[in-house]
Amino acid sequence: MVAFGGWEMPVEYSGLIAEHMSVRKAAGLFDVSHMGELAVEGPGALAFLQRTTANDVSKLADGQAQYSALPLPSGAAADDVVVYRRGGERFLVVVNASNIEKDHRWLLSQSPEGCEVADKSDQYALLALQGPAAEEILRPLSAADLGGMKRFHFAEADVDGHPATISRTGYTGEDGFEIFVPPDHADPLWRRLLEAGREKGLVPAGLGARDTLRLEAKLCLYGNDLDETTSLIEAGLGWIVSTDPAKGDYPGRCVLETQKKDGPPRKLVGFEVVGRGIARHGYPVYVDGAAAGAVTSGTYAPFLQKNIGLTYLPAARSAVGTDFQVDVRGRKVDARVVPTPFYKRT
Amino acid sequence: MDPTDRRYTKEHEWVKVEGDRGRIGISAYAQNQLGDVVFVELPEVGRKLKAHESFGTVESVKAVSELYSPVAGEVVEVNSALASAPEAINSDPYGKGWMIVVRISDASAVNTLMDAAAYGKHVESEGK
Repeated sequence: MVAFGGWEMPVEYSGLIAEHMSVRKAAGLFDVSHMGELAVEGPGALAFLQRTTANDVSKLADGQAQYSALPLPSGAAADDVVVYRRGGERFLVVVNASNIEKDHRWLLSQSPEGCEVADKSDQYALLALQGPAAEEILRPLSAADLGGMKRFHFAEADVDGHPATISRTGYTGEDGFEIFVPPDHADPLWRRLLEAGREKGLVPAGLGARDTLRLEAKLCLYGNDLDETTSLIEAGLGWIVSTDPAKGDYPGRCVLETQKKDGPPRKLVGFEVVGRGIARHGYPVYVDGAAAGAVTSGTYAPFLQKNIGLTYLPAARSAVGTDFQVDVRGRKVDARVVPTPFYKRT
Repeated sequence: MDPTDRRYTKEHEWVKVEGDRGRIGISAYAQNQLGDVVFVELPEVGRKLKAHESFGTVESVKAVSELYSPVAGEVVEVNSALASAPEAINSDPYGKGWMIVVRISDASAVNTLMDAAAYGKHVESEGK
């Protein structure tokens, strides 16, 4: 177990690689209750979220979610988030555990009008059932129409008698569900799901596999690949930055719109280590012999059996095929920009 | 208990004396703490090591660890099979997972290292 923002969290159960492969081939169950939930409710909720998030919230129907960010005036993000529309006046913003208080303060500082912004994190536990067998495992336990539930849609429905919100979302690059339940329902539901899924290859999976899975799928980790110095456009998240005139202004819109049009000065790229060694978070990066930043995320990728990572490179030297070097504890190792996501499910 | 035919360091390496040579690897506890080993970097044959000098690194998916030589000596053999099958360090840390063999330059130093019983207590105290 490791301490993470006040939570004791398992890094691995049966072994990181075994857990990673189970999620790619069958299913894994993650306890991600550390994630934060901010409720934005009231007649002014939609208007407030339009002026405080990057994506276009008006596109959401009830029961639909979207990946988004809480932009800062610089064009960086205070956090990357998922916005859930439960009703026309009821939204839930799921935020990163380490940013719960910061995000809550940042939203409150933007003067909510006609709505309340409340931190409900302690009212939700969150289990993530991820992998190609996820639907088959969950179906017998819930009356929700899982087959008809598209990606980034959700429904309020019981799971094995526990009141839940079932969302077809995840952080692994696989199909799967995230199940929000009241905290005292999490333990029995966890056990029940594991029991129900055992025959179909379901295993408990820890934070370690969650990190390698999300990196193979090139999903950003806030604090590594995104922070208050990286613009959303540089991070390759232009697709969650709305420039629709109808959305109206939000922090950093001007900067982001310009970068979207003219291109950012640097770009987050995926790379493979060509030489011997694993590039890890924080290792220095050199382009044409000159210091160019650092690896933001890096690991051995269990499914791909390659050493992969993410880093920011000058835009002019960010094309696929570009060779550069990573300083692996004093040794310069060759790396090459490759297409991303590294892994895409078929 | 760990094998009694060898000696252990605080940093969780073991050395097994075979005549004037010492075979070196990491303990079961160490591999378990690391998790799945995916990469090992070992020295060339001929390299002269001091006691407690770093002779390489072992990497799991989640962490990197330095390897320290329990004894002084010259590297005479390297387990090249680990380059393509580093998982042997997890599955058989005291057998196929050995890393290097050195010609020991100071045989008496081996006796200053922990035996299996003392090492077991060391691990226990570290786990607390």
